[in-house]
Amino acid sequence: MQILLNGEHHSISARTTVTQLIEDLKLTERRLAVELNGEILPRSKYAHSVLVENDNLEIVNAIGGGQSRKYI
Amino acid sequence: MNNTDLLTIAGKEYKSRLLLGTGKYKNLKETGQAIAAGGAEIVTVAIRRTNIGQNADEPNLLDVISPDRYTLLPNTAGCYTAEDAVRTCRLARELLDGHKLVKLEVLGDAQTLYPDMPATLEAADILIKDGFEVMVYTTDDPILAKRLEDMGCVAVMPLAAPIGSGLGIQNRYNILTIVENASVPIIVDAGVGTASDAAIAMELGCDGVLMNTAVAEARNPVLMASAMKKGIEAGREAFLAGRMPRRRFASASSPIEGVI
Repeated sequence: MQILLNGEHHSISARTTVTQLIEDLKLTERRLAVELNGEILPRSKYAHSVLVENDNLEIVNAIGGGQSRKYI
Repeated sequence: MNNTDLLTIAGKEYKSRLLLGTGKYKNLKETGQAIAAGGAEIVTVAIRRTNIGQNADEPNLLDVISPDRYTLLPNTAGCYTAEDAVRTCRLARELLDGHKLVKLEVLGDAQTLYPDMPATLEAADILIKDGFEVMVYTTDDPILAKRLEDMGCVAVMPLAAPIGSGLGIQNRYNILTIVENASVPIIVDAGVGTASDAAIAMELGCDGVLMNTAVAEARNPVLMASAMKKGIEAGREAFLAGRMPRRRFASASSPIEGVI
């Protein structure tokens, strides 16, 4: 099954939750924020949010930054 | 320095009037050392897509700059629309467990990095209504600065020269007018190149200076952070002391009476 993860195609198995995906990506230890299809997904909902085909997921974190500069 | 001369932003008091960005440093260690040398209590961070599949164990900025110790100021650097800026702030709020203080900047173009003021006003309005405490990057237009304050921004942050230019305070009369009209903190955000620039901003009566490139791109960033701290303290004390009037001609310091 394909989803869009941070703007790129990403394959996951069916019935993957956001918690599962974060574990698979080895990002469990990191402080993150997640946006699912344009809406913020609160941390408390990760375990119950089952991803479906073509979901658009953004995972972000804090990095060094002050005044503008291109990072992405 | 007088311990009772504190900077208050959104009800929180700070001893330091130097706000530091955390971009462009060689590594996280240098970032941490520069913040420590500058004595900054408010540090800006950017919100960016997490690297997927690469460097999964790379060091995390928040390990160096603990949210318990510093006031993190998520900024919307790199956003060119009100929508993107609002989205970035909402992600930051989720990331930092309900954190409300943000730096709003909506850019107009990549060459000047001047703010797009209509988009900035639009984003500020949405964010304030959504409960954010907005510190806003703006042009040096006194009317717009006042408008942003009246809308409810908790600090107004005019540029003194283009971002990353290091040209120093190019608009001191505009900055002065903004300061004189304001009842929220005015923080010069962008343009400072060296410690004397920071001192000039403070002598004009600004409440603080936010900088990144001037420290990060110095040959010795940690030493420059220390210099900035002193420049800001010196400028603040000079402002509070009140400078002598400028005179066109000389005025002798020694008494004229009794000269032999």
